[in-house]
Amino acid sequence: MSMTFSTFTFYAFSAILIFAALRVITTRNPVHAALWLVLSFFSAAGIWLMLQAEFLAIALVLVYVGAVMVLFLFVVMMLDVNFEVLRQHFRSYLPIAAAVGALVLFEMALVIVDSAIGHTATAGAPPPAGGNTSALGKLLYVEYVYPFEIAAVVLLVAIVAAIALTQRDPRHRKHQDPSWQVKVRREDRLRILDMPSEKPPA
Amino acid sequence: MNDLLAPVQHAFGPWWDPLWTLVKIVVIAVPLILAVAYLTYAERKVIGWMQVRLGPNRVGPLGLLQPFADVLKMLFKEIIVPSGANRALFFTAPLLSLAPALAAWAVIPFTDTLVLSNINAGLLYILAMSSIGVYGVILAGWASNSKYAFLGCLRSAAQIVSYEIAMGFALVGVLMAANSLNLGDIVAGQEGGAAYWYIWPLLPLAVVYLVSGIAETNRHPFDMAEGESEIVAGFHVEYSGITFAIFFLAEYMNMILIATLTSIMFLGGWLSPFPILNDVDVFGARPFGDGFLWLALKVAFVLLIFLWIRATFPRYRYDQIMRLGWKVFIPVTLVWIVFVGAMMQTNYADLFH
Repeated sequence: MSMTFSTFTFYAFSAILIFAALRVITTRNPVHAALWLVLSFFSAAGIWLMLQAEFLAIALVLVYVGAVMVLFLFVVMMLDVNFEVLRQHFRSYLPIAAAVGALVLFEMALVIVDSAIGHTATAGAPPPAGGNTSALGKLLYVEYVYPFEIAAVVLLVAIVAAIALTQRDPRHRKHQDPSWQVKVRREDRLRILDMPSEKPPA
Repeated sequence: MNDLLAPVQHAFGPWWDPLWTLVKIVVIAVPLILAVAYLTYAERKVIGWMQVRLGPNRVGPLGLLQPFADVLKMLFKEIIVPSGANRALFFTAPLLSLAPALAAWAVIPFTDTLVLSNINAGLLYILAMSSIGVYGVILAGWASNSKYAFLGCLRSAAQIVSYEIAMGFALVGVLMAANSLNLGDIVAGQEGGAAYWYIWPLLPLAVVYLVSGIAETNRHPFDMAEGESEIVAGFHVEYSGITFAIFFLAEYMNMILIATLTSIMFLGGWLSPFPILNDVDVFGARPFGDGFLWLALKVAFVLLIFLWIRATFPRYRYDQIMRLGWKVFIPVTLVWIVFVGAMMQTNYADLFH
């Protein structure tokens, strides 16, 4: 009974995902492209939820849809992206793009063939007891705690580096000092010039 | 109940599950929309009283039909689409701000049994839903093809994204105390009366959560998105009629959502503040025991705080908002999370669970 409905849901999500992903690369408006990408993230999260990977699904929505794509939209909205200029180099990049695409396709085919033979665990594996979230937590914070912490430190270094590169000196900041303002004297602000008067040219 | 439904269930076959869920959704959503209607009324009345005026008092007895008059007015107004606006997104934006506000209610437990979807990652789901509400604001500002709307949307998007971080950290404290992401378990962890509520061990986090909640919903004094004195009305300046009403609906629904979450996570949810009330027997029923009544009272109280703050404080300046979010709230939550974590390793661990 529920099988039919979940099959229907799966195909609905997949169809939306594929359509949205296609629209990301075919639409002309960059803001629309970003929004189609949001929709494809959403559909992917839905499919993950159906695999009972609830933590991954919600993290995808939370991190990519809720934060990364918002900042993306921010930038895209404020930039005036000229697609005609971008399209000029389409032909010259085509061979490299085709090669990379073929490679990705080949790798995906390898994974599918491999799982069809039955070597790797497929997504159909039963979810861990006590929920996906706590299982992931135990894995990350108990078994792989050092790699996890190192990854966190690497990210921290990246943040510090970004701030250090963009931070301006304090003297570039525009701010007012009230004590300096009240101490101002007339001589600091006003200069009286003594100029001889002259007749306008006739 | 189940016996009564059995023949109906049989008639629908495989479509019964989705249909029955749909019925439950309507049962939650319709009272919610009514609550929004009367929250607008309560807001005007309460602020009226605080400013020694009467508030709405013309439509119906005590002005009680005022919300419906407002809705009808909005419905019959013309919807004007600005020239050069992105039509599709212009009409999608209000829906995008309303949908997450509604979707988040799926995991809210009203009593220990009354919840639409009792999922384990409830708290994460709430975070995810509240983080996508910002799309409505951004798209409304961009699609309107108006400078005021665009400035308003950039301001409020930056504000919402900033305060979300503090809000997320406040939730981390709650899940540390409750040892669970399930909202039902979080309430169950506060069993034993008002002294056991998480507001006491997590007081700084509760304050940060409530204030960030006000900032997230773009309410006064954080209503930078609107800022009438600077940018007319912010991101929804070009919206009229029912499209404007939907933004309004989403804002008030988010307010009720934040108030409900505060009640659930810090004020013991549906639990009564005095366990002794569970034994008060009135004609065989226990009306003052744990139940929806207490949740409703707590939500109403938190909402009153929202309105109270609106009537009391002047609007923040934009740099002050950003300073408060990044330099005050985030450090406070980080320090308190570390403090709670450290205390849990000592003999006082019980105080923090």
